[in-house]
Amino acid sequence: MSERLIIVGAGQAAVQAVQSLRVDGFAGPITLIGDEAYGPYQRPPLSKAYLLGSFERERLFLKADGFYRESGCELRLNTKVTAIDRQTKTVTLDDGSSLPYDKLLLATGTRVRKLTCPGAQLPGVHYLRDIADVDGLQQEFLAGKRIAIVGGGYIGLEVAAVAAKRGLDVTVFEAMERLMARAVSRPMSDFFAAEHAKAGVTIKFKTGVEAIEGKAQVEGARAGGHLYPADIVLVGIGVVPNDELAKAAGLETNDGIVVDRHGMTADSSIFAAGDCTRHVGREGLSIRLESVQNAIDQAKHCALAMTGKAKIYSEVPWFWSDQYDLKLQIAGLARPTDTTIVRGDPATRKFSVFHLRDGVVAAVEAVNAAPDYMIGKKLVADGVRVAPERLADTAIPIKQIAG
Amino acid sequence: MPKVIYVGADGTEHPVEVPVGHSVMEGAVKNRIEGIDADCGGACACATCHVYVDPAWLAKLPPKTDMEDAMLDFALVTAPNSRLSCQLRVTPELDGLIVRMPVSQH
Ligand SMILES: Cc1cc2nc3c(=O)[nH]c(=O)nc-3n(C[C@H](O)[C@H](O)[C@H](O)COP(=O)(O)OP(=O)(O)OC[C@H]3O[C@@H](n4cnc5c(N)ncnc54)[C@H](O)[C@@H]3O)c2cc1C
Ligand code: FES
Repeated sequence: MSERLIIVGAGQAAVQAVQSLRVDGFAGPITLIGDEAYGPYQRPPLSKAYLLGSFERERLFLKADGFYRESGCELRLNTKVTAIDRQTKTVTLDDGSSLPYDKLLLATGTRVRKLTCPGAQLPGVHYLRDIADVDGLQQEFLAGKRIAIVGGGYIGLEVAAVAAKRGLDVTVFEAMERLMARAVSRPMSDFFAAEHAKAGVTIKFKTGVEAIEGKAQVEGARAGGHLYPADIVLVGIGVVPNDELAKAAGLETNDGIVVDRHGMTADSSIFAAGDCTRHVGREGLSIRLESVQNAIDQAKHCALAMTGKAKIYSEVPWFWSDQYDLKLQIAGLARPTDTTIVRGDPATRKFSVFHLRDGVVAAVEAVNAAPDYMIGKKLVADGVRVAPERLADTAIPIKQIAG
Repeated sequence: MPKVIYVGADGTEHPVEVPVGHSVMEGAVKNRIEGIDADCGGACACATCHVYVDPAWLAKLPPKTDMEDAMLDFALVTAPNSRLSCQLRVTPELDGLIVRMPVSQH
């Protein structure tokens, strides 16, 4: 009899797994269980074009309805998996029923980290993870309104860019001394800070939000001892992996479900992919990635392993962010100790930052410079050594940079 | 709905009805058409949605942006009729559009 697969969580990784499993020859029935009201959709546009209103909801969905039918995949929405029983190989659903599996894929993603300060529960405090969040925010997201954004990371800044474009009055509160500090180099942080300032966005660095003030509704944010009047608060302070199901089932978790480089947990029937996982990356460090790339590539590797074609996951991590007309593309994982080399002039709004580690290209960040990004990604993948003077010399075409 | 005909590298034709406003890339990846990877989901950031546009249709398409041009440089085995399908929006005028898919996107 063919194996039955259950996938928990109906997002980016889940859909990729369904698609890849069928291509790789997995013949058994697949049940995809998701707790949202919608079939699998892409999240990146939520804080970009969809929030701006230039991307129709229909287009968010990763697959046409027919895809699931044709893939022999039963899609069960509005359904939460509440427990895994590894002895009987069943999962329990929130309606109390249970379903048997032979193979299980956990693709539960993350949830937003909540603000815990006083006033955090007030109406007008928003988060951005799913379609429902955007729909809630959209009603108040009107020109002239004052929005206080907590956190100067990707989500906060993408929302800031859209808000500024739509005529809101925007203030970003960032606890660190620079933007996207966990993710990008200082030259890149500084460039984006200047761009946001040009667009009229106020950024308060080294300023943590201490409280949200208001009687029945948000009226302001208290930060650094000052009260900043606001009509809306958008919180973007990171996410927490949905690893509790795995943990309760006795699987190892550590800020993420621990998987090997095939996406397998210590239980050979249970795999995990996407934002909810922690794995040892290509550089030998334990990492948890939150990206479309990781969701797709890890799901592909799970599919390979489940169909007996296991291959080690070693793709270069990559990511992008859109703010105004700036496309930031990143490949590789930078470290604070890397040597950074700026290629091109940030004033032209088209440049890149290369990261060298022991002389080898370890990461690249590119703004409106797709060729630098593409070549940089390849240099990272191949572990190529490039002289810093060459990287900085724009007279040398990027395609010939490695010499 | 306009129909787009996706021709696989092996010559198989897959006609698909694609809603106006969606990209040619979306018409393929949302409907189990293999041959377009579209790793970045249409952000013009990966060059894995490369197609060869049937010459008869080339002139009906909007010109490439600088970004598309720059990214196309990284697609495998490009030709003058190469485009990134995530940058092509389906319109009623494109009913019957024929695109050929490369042997591989990676
Ligand atoms: C606003 C926003 C913008 C982003 N922008 C970018 C970007 O520009 N580039 C980029 O690379 N990445 C971006 N990301 C990140 C990217 O969207 C995620 O990395 C990706 O969605 C991860 O896919 P996933 O399948 O692991 O999780 P998800 O897509 O989050 O899917 C997990 C699903 O599982 C469901 N679930 C959880 N527990 C259960 C349960 N017990 N039972 C049933 N269902 C359950 C969840 O509700 C969810 O629907 C963005 C994310 C957000 C929120
Ligand atoms: S889908 Fe990535 S460039 Fe077209």
